[in-house]
Amino acid sequence: MSLIAQDIAVSIGRKRILNGVSLQAEAGQFTAIVGPNGSGKTTLMRALTGELPHRGAIRLGGRDLDAFAPEDLARRRGVLPQAAALSFPFTVAEVVRIGLEARGERADALVPAALAAVDLPGFSGRHYQQLSGGEQQRVQLARVLAQVWQPVDDQGPRWLFLDEPVSSLDIAHQLTVMRLAADYARRGGGVIAVMHDLNLTALFAQKVILMGKGEVLAQGTPAEVLTDATLSHAYGCDLRVNAVPAEGIWILPQVAAG
Amino acid sequence: MVAISPDMPRIDGDRSHRARLTCRVLVVLLLASSVLSLGWGASGTSLTRAVSDLLAGRELAVQDRVVLLDIRLPRVLMGICVGAALAVSGALMQGLFRNPLADPGLVGVSSGASLGAILAIVWGAALPASVAGIFGWYLVPVVAFVGSWVTTLTLYRIATRRGRTSVATMLLAGIALGAILSAVAGLVILRANDSQLRDLTFWGLGSLAGSNWPKLLAAAPIMVLAVLSAPALARGLNALALGEAAAGHVGIRVQRVKNRAILTVAAATGAAVAVSGGIGFVGIVVPHLLRLASGPDHRWLLVNSGLLGAVMLLWADMASRTLIAPAELPIGIVTAMIGGPFFLWILLRNRGVLDL
Repeated sequence: MSLIAQDIAVSIGRKRILNGVSLQAEAGQFTAIVGPNGSGKTTLMRALTGELPHRGAIRLGGRDLDAFAPEDLARRRGVLPQAAALSFPFTVAEVVRIGLEARGERADALVPAALAAVDLPGFSGRHYQQLSGGEQQRVQLARVLAQVWQPVDDQGPRWLFLDEPVSSLDIAHQLTVMRLAADYARRGGGVIAVMHDLNLTALFAQKVILMGKGEVLAQGTPAEVLTDATLSHAYGCDLRVNAVPAEGIWILPQVAAG
Repeated sequence: MVAISPDMPRIDGDRSHRARLTCRVLVVLLLASSVLSLGWGASGTSLTRAVSDLLAGRELAVQDRVVLLDIRLPRVLMGICVGAALAVSGALMQGLFRNPLADPGLVGVSSGASLGAILAIVWGAALPASVAGIFGWYLVPVVAFVGSWVTTLTLYRIATRRGRTSVATMLLAGIALGAILSAVAGLVILRANDSQLRDLTFWGLGSLAGSNWPKLLAAAPIMVLAVLSAPALARGLNALALGEAAAGHVGIRVQRVKNRAILTVAAATGAAVAVSGGIGFVGIVVPHLLRLASGPDHRWLLVNSGLLGAVMLLWADMASRTLIAPAELPIGIVTAMIGGPFFLWILLRNRGVLDL
């Protein structure tokens, strides 16, 4: 079961944001989309989720995205938005339930479990609007997680689409969320995430898609994509990729001495 | 106490038990207020006397029958329908615009309905008798509905860009639309003759005083249908609170929910304005109080708004009949005197959040 995008092009106004992007992501893997600001990562994500009108084909498990009924698609994949302000004073429990209740399912049993998974145990009675940005982001993740709780159901793997899932989190919770996503993939689900942090990407991703100027510059395993030459070219600054025996690789910017 | 099923312990932050309790209290309040309102009035007719007459198997006195059944009962039923329609319209519109300040009266939707009603009153007379005969009492509510529908659609188009609704644009565009519609309404009124002018003045004050059975039978079905169908939109509106894109991702057919909400608001507001003129602030006060009491979950909010809206309008109507008795204060003045300050209070409380 894979996510396949072929020749995706997106224009906003007269400006071409994505220019013929093709990619493939497999269930059971954590796929990261990386690239500098303005390279089209979020636009690509929004095209992949069907939010943005686009040219080209996107297939999930061999089926065209447009062929899914909205409620079927909601059962197959959850989407974590980048920012989520809420217009009314919902409690955390009410927010986490929205995804499941939208298709008429009871969610009470899942609420504590989903909140525990994002390290917010005991938060269900709190008011969402009064939480910090990082806490809100994790509540949203709990909501998305509850929507596709089992990574695999009778119709095959389910997917998590995450747009910068750790952007406003402290380092401990970055690890919480990355482990959670990696675990979801390990249990057979598909995870595709827009990432800023190259080191977290190197630690957790099985596949990396490197974007630049609306195109895919490279895709492959972290070892294939995250190299000195490729990254330095993509980000336009001198980057050095180092090997750490136990954990794999890490990336350090080179600061001129003196 | 509220029964909780033993196999599903209530989780923290789940306020459905409170919403359910609120609903029960409101049902009792509505029944009590209806009876009270039926017995409320200047004439010497007393409800207790009429009831004891009925229980004793005696015929009602002619005066009692006329006052109770032909004057007060349609007025009470109209009050219930209009109150419920206005409050549910407010709650729907706030859910649709994802903003607690949206209200048909504030953003020009009521002005659209008014223009429709005025057009129907002034030009309805010029219609050939055959056409007028088909519409009959329905003419004013139906044209008012069209007016509010077109206004809501226009407003939504103006205030929403790429799935995001701007509060500032909505309120300002609503003011502009309201001004345009009122100006056109003024032009139409200039063409009215004396008897039409009397009708218009009476209607425009915002009153339930003109309620009668034919009017009720023409407008009530539209309002009842709108109010009863609104809860079907609840899940969609809950998901919409996350934003349009996120609502789509949890499986909501966003465009369909929006279209239905706009249609329902237009029908309820149109019919309510057609029969009662301008009664403001019910749509903003009622849902706000209910969100404070039991949370913003639309599955309860829409139902409870209908109930509380009806209760509030019955009380406002009783006040309007009493405050300057034997004369009547237009009910729109009563709701504005209570709702205006309340609205300011909401604004002040939320000043930081609203990014106007």
